[in-house]
This record gives sequence, C-alpha cells and structure tokens, in this order.
Amino acid sequence: MKILGFIIVFLCGILLIYHTADFPDWGNPVSPASTHVSPYYIEKALDDTAVPNIVTAVLADYRGYDTMFETTVIFCAGIACFFLLRITRRREPSVALYRHLPTGITLRIEKGGKEPGKSNVFKRIDSQWVPDDLIIKTTCRIVVPFVQIFALYVIAHGHHSPGGGFQGGVILGASIILFAISTDLRTSIDRMSERLGAFFSATGVFIYAGAGALCLILGASFLDYSALAPILNVDSVMARSHGILIVEIGVGLAVMAVMIWLYYNVSSAGRHDEGL
Amino acid sequence: MNEWITTLISKYNYWGFIVLMMIGLYAMMVKKNFVKKIIGMNIFQTAIILFYVSIGAKKGATIPIILHGHGEETHIIHAAEYINPLPHVLMLTAIVVSVATLGVALALAIKVYSQYDTLEEDEINRKIRDQMTQIEQ
Repeated sequence: MKILGFIIVFLCGILLIYHTADFPDWGNPVSPASTHVSPYYIEKALDDTAVPNIVTAVLADYRGYDTMFETTVIFCAGIACFFLLRITRRREPSVALYRHLPTGITLRIEKGGKEPGKSNVFKRIDSQWVPDDLIIKTTCRIVVPFVQIFALYVIAHGHHSPGGGFQGGVILGASIILFAISTDLRTSIDRMSERLGAFFSATGVFIYAGAGALCLILGASFLDYSALAPILNVDSVMARSHGILIVEIGVGLAVMAVMIWLYYNVSSAGRHDEGL
Repeated sequence: MNEWITTLISKYNYWGFIVLMMIGLYAMMVKKNFVKKIIGMNIFQTAIILFYVSIGAKKGATIPIILHGHGEETHIIHAAEYINPLPHVLMLTAIVVSVATLGVALALAIKVYSQYDTLEEDEINRKIRDQMTQIEQ
C-alpha cells in the first residue's frame, strides 16, 4: 500500500509538474488571472466604494455573497463541532484537585469526598497537575487586552490597511484562547461562556445577512449597500464604505465566537471541565 | 541549457506547491493515523493557498491598497501597479474556513477515539469486523 501510494503520488506530481509549462510565468502582469475582472476591481474600487484597500472592497462588496456564505460555513463548523462533541450530562470526575491558595498546598479529593466549592481560598485545578505559574499568568493577563485592542484596530482599520473581519476576528478569538491556556478552561468559560459564544456567532451571521436584507427592503439588490445612504445620511459611495464596515463587524463577531467555541469543545472533548 | 534555466526561474514556485501538495496527498492516502491524515489535509490546503497567492503576484507591483487613497485629488490608477486582489480575497476566507474545517475534523477524530480507543485505521477496521462477526453469531 505504501509503495502503491508513493507511485500514484509520484506520477500525479510528475504530470502536474509537466503541465506547469503551460502556466503563466511567476509575476507575469498579463497572466489570465490578472486580465479579466481584476483590473476592473483595481481601477474602480476607490471610485465605487471609497475604500483604498481593494481586498476589503472586493471581499465585502463586489463578492459579498461569497463572503456571506463563507461566514455561514464557519458558523456551521462551530455548530457541527458542538453537536458532535458536546456532552451536557455532567459526569463527576473520580478525583478532584484543589489548590489552597495561601499556602500552595494541593488537595486531592477522592470520589465521595466533600469538595470545598467556590471560594477565594481554594481553587480547582486540572487533574493533570499544573504548577501555579505566576510569570505566565501575569504576562498573559497583561498581553490579552492589548491583543484585543489590536484586533479591534484590525477590524476597524480594514478599509485603509491590511485587515478586516476575518483577521480581526481570529485575533480576538486567539486572545481568549490565550487566556484559556494561561489560566484554565473553567476560568475562561466564566468570563466568556459558551452561551455567549453561540449568541455572538449567530449574531455575526445575522448582522451580515441583515445588512443585505435591509438593502433589499430599501429597494436595491441584496447586499447593495448604496441603498443604505438615506439611513446613514451619506452619499451612496460612502454608504458602500460604511456597509462594508457593518458586515466586517458581523464577520469579526462570528469568526471570534466560532474560534473560541471550537477551542472549548475540541480541547475538553465536549465536557467543558478541563482544557489543555 | 539557458532555456531550461529560464523555465526553472519562471516556474519553480508551482513546482514547490506541487511537491507540498503531493506530500499532503501522500499523507492522506498512506498514513494510517487519523491525526496524520488531518495534518496531510492541512498541508494540501496550504499548498493550494500558496498557489493562489502566487498567481496574484505581478512583477514590479505593490500590495493592493491604493496609495494616497483618501486624498482629495484624484489620480489615475493603473492595474499594473497593484497586484491582483482577487486571489487574496479568495484565500483570506479559505484560510479561516480551513481552520474551521480542521476543528470539525479534530472533533470527528475525538469522537472516533472515544468509540474505539484508537486512531489507527487498521485497528478500527479490525474492531468493526469483530463487532460484525459477533452480531452475525
């Protein structure tokens, strides 16, 4: 099987490499990919949408349908992961570990023993014993807000610099995941619950589709943001720019929530008690 | 010889992606462990993302953000001055979607592991076969 697989892969690779002779050269400005629709985007994006970043303009305006359904795909992935893994039935762990915070002593409570519950003195820790690492916790606590501010900048400034909803959403999600890794999953879920994640991911898709539907109600095509001009009190070109920002916020929310949701479910195998 | 070097210089990016893609395909086909298969799938996706991004490149062009885009004066924009934004748009979404599909793939792997206590394809097949023979008896 190994040899057969290698032969198939090798022949396939040779065939593909043989046919790269017909491909355009690297960096060729008149290659087929750069001649049909892309010059239109480059030359007209600023006049049509007032967005200097052409990638953002194409992503959220010219190819808005594509991006909307990509967001829906991400939302569906989050839901699929939830339905595959989530175990709602709470099974009590056989051994629970608690740390006595003032002294740093770890308590091991066997099944049937009385647990201290939530208090400022005792803190539940994961069953795979982890040291109380002050440096990691403090560093992450300081870094996380800056990561989040940067993420908001990336979303809000996506019109003028590289960025947008997808990138900013991933950075926002990464900040929460960093928090979950540096402390533990339960602390992270206390701050950003699963319910909130599900709500945000649905809200993000709703904002996107709702912006499109609003254009439809106002008499234009679906996702034609220039129809929003009377509501936003700007001309139709700026309305397209603002419409892009609205859908980017929706995308950012959905992506952030789904990234966190996926992490919660995959890292704890759906039990949401102990993470990585 | 000279011609051959020209071909190499103008096409070597595609060759790199094809090698990467074939590594991913090999991992998906031959490796028995599901996590290794998933990693192979990701390598395959990465090869395609790199392929698209390299299609968008233009010699002597800059990133697709219009210079002095928010000034008052209007100036003519030439398509040759900016690289092709379209592959970047497509891959931007594809990267995030690939992370989401990776999450679903890992969720499926976790589910398979909890059912069969292994991620090796051979052992899972053997266990399924044992179960089938038990049912038939």
